Amino acid sequence: MPVVVDKTVAPIQVRNLHKRFGTLEVLKGIDFEVRSREVVCIIGPSGSGKSTLLRCVNRLEEPTSGQVIIEGEDITDPDADVDALRTRIGMVFQQFNLFPHLSVMDNLTIAQRKVLSRSRSEATEVATRNLERVGLLDKIEAYPNHLSGGQQQRVAIARALSMGPDMMLFDEPTSALDPELIGEVLDVMRGLATEGMTMMVVTHEMGFAREVADRVVFMDDGVVVEEGTPMQVLANPRHERTQRFLSMIL
Amino acid sequence: MTPRRKQRLIRTVLYVLLVLGLVAAVVFADWETIRRIFFQTDIAAGMFPEVLTRFALNTLIYTFAAFLFGLGLALILALMRLSPVGPYRWLATSYVELFRSVPALVTILLVNFGVPLAFGAQIPGGLFGIAAVGLGLVAAAYMAETIRAGIEAVPKGQSEAARSLGMRPFQAMVSIVLPQAFRIIIPPLTNEFVLLIKDTSLLFVVGTTPFTRELTKFSRDTMATTSNATPMVVAAFIYLVITLPLTFLVRRLEKRGARGR
Repeated sequence: MPVVVDKTVAPIQVRNLHKRFGTLEVLKGIDFEVRSREVVCIIGPSGSGKSTLLRCVNRLEEPTSGQVIIEGEDITDPDADVDALRTRIGMVFQQFNLFPHLSVMDNLTIAQRKVLSRSRSEATEVATRNLERVGLLDKIEAYPNHLSGGQQQRVAIARALSMGPDMMLFDEPTSALDPELIGEVLDVMRGLATEGMTMMVVTHEMGFAREVADRVVFMDDGVVVEEGTPMQVLANPRHERTQRFLSMIL
Repeated sequence: MTPRRKQRLIRTVLYVLLVLGLVAAVVFADWETIRRIFFQTDIAAGMFPEVLTRFALNTLIYTFAAFLFGLGLALILALMRLSPVGPYRWLATSYVELFRSVPALVTILLVNFGVPLAFGAQIPGGLFGIAAVGLGLVAAAYMAETIRAGIEAVPKGQSEAARSLGMRPFQAMVSIVLPQAFRIIIPPLTNEFVLLIKDTSLLFVVGTTPFTRELTKFSRDTMATTSNATPMVVAAFIYLVITLPLTFLVRRLEKRGARGR
């Protein structure tokens, strides 16, 4: 059954989200949304809860309380079909997490075939198209360990795209990369943004945030401290914590 | 004395002891008797070819039966030990502790004599079935721990990536985690196979027919009829020929594993 999605509602809505690990409260009531075709960059010091927030959006992390609404469906509802919802949410990890026992092609087709029940030829066609999109068509037969970090991350993006997601989550996608390999990954992400993909990006790349983001969110100590256009947050931060953070990294 | 000279002296003493021992063995041992009792070529020749075509083959068949039964059970136990459902974990842990603490011989006897009395039916497949169940139950306890360790050695990001693509937990386990886990644990599983080859020699306790005997029992019977130890030497040699290549294989695989795939 095709999923009918109302494009006027924000596809990602986070309401009063709390996450506690034991006695440590990592998220202290987050209210936040990402609108359709919007690119939101989340910045903040390490331990501020930004990765946890991202991982709560596709429920890789179980929120302690609060709601995450994906295209109108509450993914935090115990009765929600989380697996079906996740096929609409692409995710890219800091450590790439490609499947090392599978070739690049199989990395891109396994979930298409097992989850979406696509035929081999259909899955291969989709995979080929997405590999071309990230510029790695020549690596189709390679194994992940034979690729550079930048290439692995581009394959990981192609793998997520092959499921045909409506939105993409990026969890510090360039933090594990050598400096000279960061550019090729950011180029692919920039291309996605231009094509109108809804994106939520946890990043330390301020240049990327300034140039590509529609909105920048600054988090610290489990709360959203300040949000606005890149111009507002990065160039003229109102909040003292934002100013301190930016002065430390720039 | 400088440390270097001291070390040289110790080495010299060790070599002298070795040579003295060898000379003593050559001079004082009764080599003719040893040869007659352990290395009687005509007795050894008389065991061939059946010792290979039937009895060594039986040993391997029993080993495979026990290994496959044990591996299947071990996989279920390993998944139970990692289950979010408490009672499953406790059951699997109890099983592993129980069967690692009880001698294999005891398990075999219980399976052979206990099962028919309790359930009014023999285990199907005769000695083949006893081997599979009796030895498999024990091997499963060890292999379950190996498989569990292998699953836990696969980085958490692997199952997270699979789940983020919409795979159900079982799909992620079967398609993504287990293939990687098994690659990690091939060396210890091969070791378990070698141990099983040797443990099939315990099967004599349940009584065997001339045709279902395995290597050790056959050699033992031949030893009795010939009043000579040569048959057991032949058996030992055949065990060596089977297990040594496997042990080498394990070492090579471990080296390759250490270098990274």
